[in-house]
Amino acid sequence: MTPALRRRLLLLAPFGIVAAGGAAFYGMLQGRRRGDFNPRGVPSALIGRPAPFFDLPGLPGVEVPLLRHADVASPGRPVIVNFWASWCVPCVVEHPQLMALSREGVPVFGIAYKDRPEASRDFLRRHGNPFARLARDEPGRAAIEWGVYGVPETYLLDPRGIIRWRFAGAITPQILAEELRPLLRRHAA
Amino acid sequence: MIGEAGHFALALGFVLSLALSVLPLWGAARGDAALTEAARPLAHGALLAVASAFGFLVSAYVANDTTVLSVVQNSHSLKPLLYKITGVWGNHEGSMLLWVLILALCAASVAAFGGNLPSAFRARVLAVLGWVLAGFLAFILLTSNPFERVWPPPPDGQGLNPLLQDIGLAIHPPLLYVGYVGTAITYAFAVAALIEGRVDSAWGRWVRPWAVASWSFLTLGIAVGSWWAYYELGWGGFWFWDPVENASLLPWLAGTALLHSAIVVEKREALKIWSVLLALLAFGLSLLGTFLVRSGVLNSVHAFANDPERGVFILGLLLFYVGGGFLLFALRAPAMAPAGLFAPVSREGALVLNNLLMCSLAAVVFLGTLWPMFADFLFGATVSVGPPFFNTATFPLVVPLFLAMAAGPLMPWKRAALWPAIERLWAAALAGLAGFVVALAIGGWNPLPLFGVAAAVWLIGAAATDIADRAGLGRTSLANAWNRAKGLPRAAWGAAIAHAGVGVCLLGISGMGFASERIAALSPGQAVAIGAYEWRLEGVRDAAGPNWTSRRATLTVLRHGQPYAVMEPERRFFPIGRQTTTEAAIRTNLLRDLYAVMGEEEGGRAVIRVHYKPLAPLIWIGAIVMALGGFLSLSDRRLRVAGGARRRAAAAGAPA
Repeated sequence: MTPALRRRLLLLAPFGIVAAGGAAFYGMLQGRRRGDFNPRGVPSALIGRPAPFFDLPGLPGVEVPLLRHADVASPGRPVIVNFWASWCVPCVVEHPQLMALSREGVPVFGIAYKDRPEASRDFLRRHGNPFARLARDEPGRAAIEWGVYGVPETYLLDPRGIIRWRFAGAITPQILAEELRPLLRRHAA
Repeated sequence: MIGEAGHFALALGFVLSLALSVLPLWGAARGDAALTEAARPLAHGALLAVASAFGFLVSAYVANDTTVLSVVQNSHSLKPLLYKITGVWGNHEGSMLLWVLILALCAASVAAFGGNLPSAFRARVLAVLGWVLAGFLAFILLTSNPFERVWPPPPDGQGLNPLLQDIGLAIHPPLLYVGYVGTAITYAFAVAALIEGRVDSAWGRWVRPWAVASWSFLTLGIAVGSWWAYYELGWGGFWFWDPVENASLLPWLAGTALLHSAIVVEKREALKIWSVLLALLAFGLSLLGTFLVRSGVLNSVHAFANDPERGVFILGLLLFYVGGGFLLFALRAPAMAPAGLFAPVSREGALVLNNLLMCSLAAVVFLGTLWPMFADFLFGATVSVGPPFFNTATFPLVVPLFLAMAAGPLMPWKRAALWPAIERLWAAALAGLAGFVVALAIGGWNPLPLFGVAAAVWLIGAAATDIADRAGLGRTSLANAWNRAKGLPRAAWGAAIAHAGVGVCLLGISGMGFASERIAALSPGQAVAIGAYEWRLEGVRDAAGPNWTSRRATLTVLRHGQPYAVMEPERRFFPIGRQTTTEAAIRTNLLRDLYAVMGEEEGGRAVIRVHYKPLAPLIWIGAIVMALGGFLSLSDRRLRVAGGARRRAAAAGAPA
């Protein structure tokens, strides 16, 4: 390759990157239109499979039992597993919905993701604690096993412990009413 | 009626901007002076049309004209007048109109203040701005018409997101958009230069003031956004690495690199191709931000109502402008003379280092923001990226940046030695060390913030050294040095002040590391303390505003046991829209903030969270200082000389 040609190619690179990025964005938008790409409701490879194994420490200073793998392996009723963090803005937005579920007696289990334990504890004191069981995943290893896309992220497990639904992003009142509640009712039966 | 008039004005603006995108180019190519000069009146005309459209939309909001759909969706007769007006740009359609209004303002200001540019070049710059204007006006007219009518009109509007009903948000988008859209001007300069196939030191001189102006506004816009998050979201952080925040940081980083590399183009005629690339990139990144926020491909608290159809349109515009710009770049840049060689240790060498670090930072933020989305799309794999990633990845890049930023301005052009520059920084280094010791004595051992304080003081000291050195302090009498300092070019003062501003901002960020917070459930009469300060809950009562009710706590702040201040944090409930917001109470003396937030109430006790945040206000003061540095350098004599030239030309052209 001559230096002049190499230079030409190098100067063509920005255009190439924009073209490739543009094509990918176009694909995403088409996917969103068809409904098979949704950055919030990304389908998980784990749907229809049991929850991956994890063994995590608890959250000191919060009077809630530790969340173990056994609690989600075969819970006997639908349970919700929520990955969250105190530094996460949308977690505050979805918090009232989790509180509402917990008041109704739905077991909501929490895993604090990449968060200092003091910060997680303060978050729960400040906003209230919707979690019936808690664990913390400071290094983020369990989150990788679960395929967590970002916090907040929520999983619905059926009574046999099979993951039925996964949602990345804040659970708004609308998502709660239109998606989560119908699923809870269906899997409770 | 208002709706029809506004719609018509928009269509008129579209036609004028189409004319602006074609006629001047044609004129410049054929050497037709009349067509070339048509660029200026056309730009002014487009501004007039778009400004009237915007005026009509504002008056529809003020009059609460419920025949306009946008008013119905986003306003309410009970809303205070100020928020009726700011509500105009609190939604997708209105904010796009504001975006286009600012773009038209940019084009008109190039037409008005671009007197120092050759006529053909100015015509080409304005034509490129005309393309952008026409594209976005078409987007508004076809997919996001703010004047969409409803008939029969409903009795009243449906309110506005209460989080958005806020003074910070009122001034945030206009400032941010001036910064975003300002990058369109430097883009237009770059494309015009590529069309002419010539980039020289004059190009560097022309493009710099526009780069500085847009950078200064972008700095202010980002600062106001972060200040809004600080007091409105209510948990005392100032930067969350939210995708929308990152989207505003990206063009800022590219713009910072551009305004430094343009100096090298002007002084040394090097980095020409690189600077053109940065100008294209800065605009590309600012369009990318617009696209991400409005297409719904990413997940953020700031997102507008999103719609894939609109996303496809914006993506098309983005690919046309950015892809087209880069294609032109690929065709024309190879013919441009390659950059001259220069010594790595020199002013230009330091500026190249700045560019490398800025671009690496931009790459890190870019990847962190977009990678999860792409990974998901391409491989179906999911990765999570949050503040832990950004903090870890940006840290090793900002450390050398702060070190180099101090030494760079002290180096001469062409060839320098590292040692004399470092030698002159001994005073700054001592000041940094003193800052470290003072912070250690007050705040205790906390390595990261301590080194942050040291680096901040070092940056401020280095900026002072720069000015003192240029004034000849120590080599001449004090009075003489003072006179020379006063006589220094304003660009030199601007640069030093902007660099000091970075130091001030860093000081504030480091102060966050010494902040402490406490949460307590208090009954009236009980208190919670941090250091010398004590917050005593006096009581909680109901309060009401025009369209909200609230629970407001009254806290007496005691300092060393003496009453010091009263703070009233509250939780507001907006019945229209059924939303609750937290209104933090902040008491500042510009060197530290006392911050109080009210949480849930339970059995007569209220959860109160209090923060003591030393140095926090300096984060935003620092950003304002940076922007002031930018504005000061805009008032430099070289620009006024150009103004003089313009006046002379006008005088010569007048009939004798």
